[in-house]
Amino acid sequence: MSIEVVGLTKRFGTFVAITDVSLRVETGELVALLGPSGSGKTTLLRVIAGLEIPDAGSILFDGQNSTDRRIADRRVGFVFQHYALFRHMSVFENIAFGLRVRPRDRRPTRADIEQRVHRLLDLVQLEAMADRFPSQLSGGQRQRVALARALAVEPQVLLLDEPFGALDAKVRKELRRWLRRLHDDLHVTSIFVTHDQEEALEAADRVVVMNQGRVEQVGTPSEVYARPATPFVYDFLGDVNLFRGRIERGKAYIGPLEFDAPGHADREARIATLYIRPHQLEIDRVGNGEQQFRARVARVNPAGPFVKVDLVAEWGDPVRVELSQERYLALALEAGTEVFVRPKDMSIFIA
Amino acid sequence: MRPRLRRHVLPGFGLSLGFTLSYVCLLILIPLTGVVLRARSITWPEFVASVTSERALAAFGLSLGAAVVAAVVNGVFGLLVAWVLVRYRFPGRRLIDACVDLPFALPTSVAGIALTTVYSPAGWLGQQLAPLGIQVAFTRLGVIVALTFIGLPFVVRAVQPVLEDLDREIEDAAASLGATRWQTFRHVLLPSILPALLTGVTLAFARALGEYGSVVFISGNLPFRTEVITLLIVARLEQFDYAGATAMASMMLGVSFLILLTINLLQAWSRRRGALA
Repeated sequence: MSIEVVGLTKRFGTFVAITDVSLRVETGELVALLGPSGSGKTTLLRVIAGLEIPDAGSILFDGQNSTDRRIADRRVGFVFQHYALFRHMSVFENIAFGLRVRPRDRRPTRADIEQRVHRLLDLVQLEAMADRFPSQLSGGQRQRVALARALAVEPQVLLLDEPFGALDAKVRKELRRWLRRLHDDLHVTSIFVTHDQEEALEAADRVVVMNQGRVEQVGTPSEVYARPATPFVYDFLGDVNLFRGRIERGKAYIGPLEFDAPGHADREARIATLYIRPHQLEIDRVGNGEQQFRARVARVNPAGPFVKVDLVAEWGDPVRVELSQERYLALALEAGTEVFVRPKDMSIFIA
Repeated sequence: MRPRLRRHVLPGFGLSLGFTLSYVCLLILIPLTGVVLRARSITWPEFVASVTSERALAAFGLSLGAAVVAAVVNGVFGLLVAWVLVRYRFPGRRLIDACVDLPFALPTSVAGIALTTVYSPAGWLGQQLAPLGIQVAFTRLGVIVALTFIGLPFVVRAVQPVLEDLDREIEDAAASLGATRWQTFRHVLLPSILPALLTGVTLAFARALGEYGSVVFISGNLPFRTEVITLLIVARLEQFDYAGATAMASMMLGVSFLILLTINLLQAWSRRRGALA
């Protein structure tokens, strides 16, 4: 089922949680709502689910206006951040709940329910846990029970609120890959909320970046990462160095340096902020006089796949650079080393 | 080799258990044993006669019946009051919250006088009810009203913290799975509140069973009709029939103990199901 959100606004008292948000999710897509806390992503998800009533705007499921339909009638599966499992019910009963509360004429038979629950338990790899209670499960297992419970009612849309937020880093990574594979098998239109850019970029077909109740950018993971539409998106999706400078007639200036800025050829002189990711900076021990600035190494952290080098630029600002391990060994960097830094690529946003 | 001791963060199991046992003995067991011993000063046939006299049985019946009804009424409406106090924010909420404790704080005799004044046929509420053919003061209904009055705080205060701890997401989850409001209450909320609700109802019941002060005024103390067992015991004492009084008291003690024990076991059972859950 496709989902369309048009001009949605939701206030809590005087606090405006989302402002005029429009969004389209195609059938079978897995979309991430990404943003910092307070950006309105969870509110948007809850409004789509029918757990909150919007102050303005509408929600269309498959082109049909569903704004006023109750959550029970929307055929939406919702997975809550803290799982919201029923503590007094076993895993089996939790998953069967949605089937058992159906009106008698639509309720599957007892044997049918049993079969379906076991199929779901198999799907989430918890066959052995059917008789356990939620308190006897690990966080990752609870999350999978919550997912199975939501899937039991055969939803047309699956909504997940920070599904891996409360888990430790390793389990998060495993689970998000598993969720991606599961989605590839089931193809249920799904939206998940996260504040973890890595999670959004890795698992989703498309990413919706939100900030202060508005959508900043919508795009595939590579689009939003490589071509951020706003400074906020740039900043939020990974580390970035900010340089204060100016642009004038196709040239950008940082301190004494001059770069080509082809996108801004017709501009009069303006103050601008230049965004450069750590891996877009190159370090050399000797200067070649071209588009380089001087810096001094403050700290080196070689742990991990890339070496992170913190520098102090000649005008005093801190700069972070990421190098390959090979390059790091070739340069023989240590704290105090004087180096030359060359930006390979950058994005410019006019202040 | 020294046996390995299990270390606890807070030490002093032996000392605190010893203290607890002596405290309970001194405060509860010894006085109650006194009651039973005192009752033994009469012969068995006398005991039976005293306890099974028609008047005593009627009083027993009323005490038990009225206490049960009052506890159940409190169970339903106390839960409702607690729900409203926890879930909704409205002007005067704190005030109502504080009012709930008044039946605790008020001397029961004062409560009895107040209730009697209000519910007597000439009183405020009695006046309204009289044309409907309902008389509260000096009837069994009055006894129930008094017992409900004093029992309310027990249920509200027992249930309130549990309701505050309930995760709202649980209700959202039930709704998203298609449950109706009633199904959500019956299958999701009630099982979580039940142990606390049972505790509250039990306390209200126990309190109602032993209540004297507030009932003495509103019931009118008509033997066979509105006389509760606590009143009968006092009546016996006033007639210097100590043996009869203690006989009834020990009977009452036995029955109360059995009922409370049953409820406790029931609760342990429901909690075991809940604790696993």
